[in-house]
Amino acid sequence: MNALANWFDDRTGYRAYLHETLYERIPGGARWRYVWGSTLVFTFTVQMITGLFLWMCYSPSSQTAWESVYYIQYEMQFGWFLRGLHHFTAQAMIVLLALHFMQIIIDGAYKAPREVNFWLGLILMQIVLGLSLTGYLLPWDQKGYWATQVATKLSTMVPVVGPQIQRLIVGGPNYGHHTLTRFFALHAGVLPTLLIGLLALHIYVFRRHGITAKDPNRAPETTFWPDQVLKDAVACLGVLLVVLVLIFWNAPQHSGELKELADSGRLGEVFGAELGAPADPTEQYSAARPEWYFLFLFQFLKFFKGQYEVYGAIYIPGGVMMFMFLMPFIGRWKLGHRFNLLYMSALIIGAMTLTWLAIDEDRDKDSYKAAVADAHMKSERIRELIEGRQGVGSEGAVALLRSDPKIHGPELFARHCAACHRFNAHDGMNVVPEEPATASDLGNFGTREWISGFITDPAGPAHFGATVNARFNGEPLGTRFTEGDMALWADENVESMSQREIDSVAEFLVAQGKRQDIAAVNAELATEGREFFENSNDNVQACVDCHAIQPDGEDEELGSIGMAPRLTGYGSEAWLRDFLSNPGAEHNYGERNAMPEFGKQLSDQQMEILVRFLSRNWYERPDNDANFEAVTAE
Amino acid sequence: MTDDSKSTYPLDMPEPNDPPQPVAASPLPVSETPQPAMVEPRRNFLSKSLAVVIGGIVTLVPFAAGLAVFTDPLRTRKKGSGNGDDDGFIKVATFDELPVGDPPQRFQVIDDRVDAWNMFPKEPVGTVYLSRSTEDEVLALCVTCPHVGCPVDYDTARHVFQCPCHNSSFKPTGEIDNQDSPAARGMDALEIKIKNKNEVWVKYQEFRPGTAEKIAEA
Repeated sequence: MNALANWFDDRTGYRAYLHETLYERIPGGARWRYVWGSTLVFTFTVQMITGLFLWMCYSPSSQTAWESVYYIQYEMQFGWFLRGLHHFTAQAMIVLLALHFMQIIIDGAYKAPREVNFWLGLILMQIVLGLSLTGYLLPWDQKGYWATQVATKLSTMVPVVGPQIQRLIVGGPNYGHHTLTRFFALHAGVLPTLLIGLLALHIYVFRRHGITAKDPNRAPETTFWPDQVLKDAVACLGVLLVVLVLIFWNAPQHSGELKELADSGRLGEVFGAELGAPADPTEQYSAARPEWYFLFLFQFLKFFKGQYEVYGAIYIPGGVMMFMFLMPFIGRWKLGHRFNLLYMSALIIGAMTLTWLAIDEDRDKDSYKAAVADAHMKSERIRELIEGRQGVGSEGAVALLRSDPKIHGPELFARHCAACHRFNAHDGMNVVPEEPATASDLGNFGTREWISGFITDPAGPAHFGATVNARFNGEPLGTRFTEGDMALWADENVESMSQREIDSVAEFLVAQGKRQDIAAVNAELATEGREFFENSNDNVQACVDCHAIQPDGEDEELGSIGMAPRLTGYGSEAWLRDFLSNPGAEHNYGERNAMPEFGKQLSDQQMEILVRFLSRNWYERPDNDANFEAVTAE
Repeated sequence: MTDDSKSTYPLDMPEPNDPPQPVAASPLPVSETPQPAMVEPRRNFLSKSLAVVIGGIVTLVPFAAGLAVFTDPLRTRKKGSGNGDDDGFIKVATFDELPVGDPPQRFQVIDDRVDAWNMFPKEPVGTVYLSRSTEDEVLALCVTCPHVGCPVDYDTARHVFQCPCHNSSFKPTGEIDNQDSPAARGMDALEIKIKNKNEVWVKYQEFRPGTAEKIAEA
């Protein structure tokens, strides 16, 4: 073994290098205050290792970035742990950077002859911040997308070449594939290479001058190995433990279900770094905030209005930074060092105050809280949708979210329907409009309850009742529906119908829609209903006298159109689409219609979402379909 | 290289403000001149061991995490066919499309394709050769050459399957045709089911190339 070592040493001289590395003198003995530089090297090493492995799973494009991170976080075993390590070590690095900086200033280690190394340190700090900024965008979630937009838009304020700089960083006029390829190349290629090179220089120059001993006579001189190395290693272990705590922060909350989560491979849902909903340029995310260590800059910007913004964004932060480069010169004088200490303290206290102000302001803001809750809901929902579809389509995850009736149905209902209709007494978004409803409540549309309600009390408040408040073409609608044919029919006939007959017609109609949200149809009852629909009993006027219908599975249409809406496929998506598109068609309300035609107002996708929302056709995780039953319970 | 003797070396270290010493042309005699240790040996040994152990642990954690994720493909099971029946058979053709006799026909296999986070429902995922020697006798062959996995062509003039890469050739029944074929086994037959009297359903599988034995890929 020794012979091999000698052979190797003859050819490489590694012992001399190793010796120089390990036996650096430490006057005054090993101390805890010297550990910060080493912890930074350690955190950077962790970032290199975890980053390289993440690289093997990451795909930078606007249709795959979020999706690949999703796959890392939720599908790949231990992916959440790897990503958590990378995410939280990045945050630890910022804190360690601040501590290292403080120690250098306090110990006067920036003064001659160490100016160059201090400057190298300042540049390294910029690179680490650059890594943070570029890394924040890579998951391509709402938070990173919108927060980074602000950062790149600020770059347009750079005098003269601002817009060009922005376009170069973004890789085009808008965020897209090339924003990600560029940010990724910066994050994983350019910046780390620069960092490694400058870090090597930083350490080389540091070794040249030796450690700045705060108190050389404090203890006997020692060497880097093993005394300081041990202290450094313990400090690194401490950093790692903090990172692990951050990864497993939610563990106490989920202690009861840990085993279950692990067995079903769902640990990524509770541990590690957060992954928001996929970035969507059409969904403004008003809770977008930069990472906490940039919050002070975010808050600082609020003090600059209009044309003065450039001062808050560029001139002042740039000036503060440039001034730091002068600190070694100022520090030549005794008072100068004190000034530097004061300057540093002011900066740190200032940044902390601004950070606190930013957090405090958001804490009381309802719009912020609502946006955070909404983002949280959407990030859970997209997970359900991908599970339901067993993967993302080629158009990416954002398309799944955009076409989800559960999320966008209520929004569309509130925007297009709630001016007249209600959805279980609200507007679809749980807001009760001040104006009274002027049309039916569609919360239960197409269910047994809805249909039997319509048969027995068509002029009731949930059905035609509200139409008395409506105006059509400037004229009050009056009693066109509340005393219309259906209402008159109910007044005359319902009393002579048995409950079984009412239920059977409802069962028959419910069977026409073949909707997946309706509990299984009772075929016998439906057949009775079909019979009643066509022939009724002796005392009752038959449904087909007004309503045309081609019963499901039959070739012939019963009745004729022109009197009342045709009920073929009643309640189904096709029926709804036709009705919403053209309620005034002869086979719908015809001349009596008072509802706008939505065929031209809504895009095909919007119509699809609305129709699926009204017929409750959206994906639910198998374990939370309870809300279906609530609607359809008999 | 971490023996205690080296701790005597600080005495030889350059002064902090000295220019860096050029690397010695001949290696320093680090471990050849043991001298009494400056620090108490036991404590020093403990420090060194602890430093190595703790240093090892902290670097091992990110590396182990990375390896655990990197090896994920070894553990994840392939997802089942969404287009096939309960046994994984997929409908590939009907007898109308498959006349009796030569030559074998190539058919697309349509299945749900899972690619990491993506799921593409009902896409062509591969092809199979089907041939019908008699009215109700169907043979399904994997198009992949069992040699090293090139797709095999059918030579209609010579009535053999011919691999364009390394000249393996196979009879229409899939058996090895030439004596010096580099392939170690004949073409891989796929399990089939005939449903509704004229539908050919195939269990689409890939097999490990290069072995004499037919081993299905997981």
